[in-house]
Amino acid sequence: MAKNESGKADIVPANNAEATGTGVVAPDAFANPGLPPHRPRVTDLDPKAAKRAERTVYVLFYLSIAASVFAVYAYMFFPIEPENVHSVRMNTLYLGLGIAFSLLAIGIAAVHWGKALMADKEAVDHRHPVRGTEETRARAVEIFRESDEESGFSRRTLIRNGLIGALIAFPLPAIALFRGLAPMDVDPNNELKHTFWKKGMRLTRDPQGTPIKASELTIGSAFQVIPEGLVDLPEHEMLDAKAKAAVLLVRLKKEDLNWTSKERESWSYEGIVAYSKICTHVGCPVALYEQQTHHLLCPCHQSQFDISNECAVIFGPAARPLPQLPITVDAEGYLVATSDFTEPVGPSFWERAN
Amino acid sequence: MRKNMSESKAARRNGRRGPLASVALILIGLVATGGAYAAFSSASATASVDLSSPAVIDEGQKLFAANCSTCHGQQAQGTENGPSLIGVGSAAVDFQVGTGRMPMQMSGPQAEQKPVQFTDEQTKALAAYVASLAPGPAIPSQSQLEGGNVSNGGELFRINCAMCHNVAGAGGALTEGKYAPELKGVAAVHVYEAMLTGPQNMPVFNDLNLTPEEKKDIISYLTYIQENPSAGGLELSNLGPVSEGLFLWIFGLGAIVALTVWVTAKSN
Repeated sequence: MAKNESGKADIVPANNAEATGTGVVAPDAFANPGLPPHRPRVTDLDPKAAKRAERTVYVLFYLSIAASVFAVYAYMFFPIEPENVHSVRMNTLYLGLGIAFSLLAIGIAAVHWGKALMADKEAVDHRHPVRGTEETRARAVEIFRESDEESGFSRRTLIRNGLIGALIAFPLPAIALFRGLAPMDVDPNNELKHTFWKKGMRLTRDPQGTPIKASELTIGSAFQVIPEGLVDLPEHEMLDAKAKAAVLLVRLKKEDLNWTSKERESWSYEGIVAYSKICTHVGCPVALYEQQTHHLLCPCHQSQFDISNECAVIFGPAARPLPQLPITVDAEGYLVATSDFTEPVGPSFWERAN
Repeated sequence: MRKNMSESKAARRNGRRGPLASVALILIGLVATGGAYAAFSSASATASVDLSSPAVIDEGQKLFAANCSTCHGQQAQGTENGPSLIGVGSAAVDFQVGTGRMPMQMSGPQAEQKPVQFTDEQTKALAAYVASLAPGPAIPSQSQLEGGNVSNGGELFRINCAMCHNVAGAGGALTEGKYAPELKGVAAVHVYEAMLTGPQNMPVFNDLNLTPEEKKDIISYLTYIQENPSAGGLELSNLGPVSEGLFLWIFGLGAIVALTVWVTAKSN
């Protein structure tokens, strides 16, 4: 800590107020209480207490050694066995406890050592203004001016502009490199607008992939649905496609469904409706279906959708109704999609029309 | 039980309670144990009642008229206060009455689970009566409840059930005061019946959606996670980030604050 250069004792120097001139300086309401008296510690007065503190400190250091040894022991004698999740728990628990205690004991011992045994001298550093003296400030400005003159930074503009340009150009390769991490072979905008669903594709059970007949849905039923053929994809592609194509299929009484248009009504079949499970807020899976109120609840931010009214948002932060998958039945009575979703599923994105 | 024991231990330790306190505590303990045993045995005993016998159906009709008809109508046709029970089957009655949800105590967001009001024979008689009105889902047999594939059950549970009932079956909130109940400690037969009939706001999972075999798998999974302790140690009711965050907030931050106070305090 720097010493108070002005050498003045305690309070903020009066010349500070004089320098600015206009500030209202209120008289101090309280007298400066000064510094508290130095109070000796128990360990300074009582040699027994000092001995005890010393013992505590070295015992803690030895305990730390023991804990480190225990961590090594735990690593060897509580190994992680394949197929046994409980072995993972024991391994991490004892290893973690050993390492944590060995470090904690060092810390506690060091702090206790410093507080109770090391020399107890009190020193006072007075506060001083942060602002430097006028001479220092003037010299700093002078140094800048001199450097500018000597280097010719302002005078040799070609060099200066070259330097600025080089610094701007330098991070460009990084941008190109990071851009390369994004998918290059596909158009992300297009990816967001289309799902796996196609005209004539059967609705199948998640995860079995078996097709669903319209007659299998009783009133109040809820089926978790994926498109036909999704389960045959390689796992990574399957999960990517499922994240957009997941559908909830429910059957209500026909009279419980209200439609804004005949066309929209034709997207359902005998009270069976299929809605995207991807929330239009931030894309959580919405599948908490209440069969009596016909409400769908998103567990992440409590958006609620009303299936009887085309999944209109009735509560919460969701921006739009859940997209509906138009469905009908094929010749064998299985439910099929008549097209992909007619709008992008899930949350808003930059290029989305509305 | 455990609470009573710890209370009596505390009384012994500080020795300030009168001699009658221990007697009263023992009495409370006995009554609680007996009561719990009676409730447990009446809920889990599977009485062999012939649901198709006319005598049982007749008995059920009388019980129905006395206990259920105010809301569900004299012929179970339904009234303004309660839905029609024609075609709901014996499974629905066994679930609703067998878990104490019916007769309903008061109207509210949903019928709450409460102490069972009927003996097992009476519940079965009611089920027999309602099943005699029209065909509907039947009470599953014991062989439909045991020995399923736990891993397949887990996958089906996560896809069809976990969104409401929580991935560990700890239950969760729904809209406007409704909730999906905790599945721990629910009898296997009631889990099966709930899937089959879709009580209250739970969707129906009929045998064409989840086959009897798949229902058995789900029940086996639920039994498995109840019988096997969590691999992660202390589960904090499996409520997820809320209880875990609160635990860390109080104990983790508390420890850091305590340590900071100690580090900066002057040694005495």
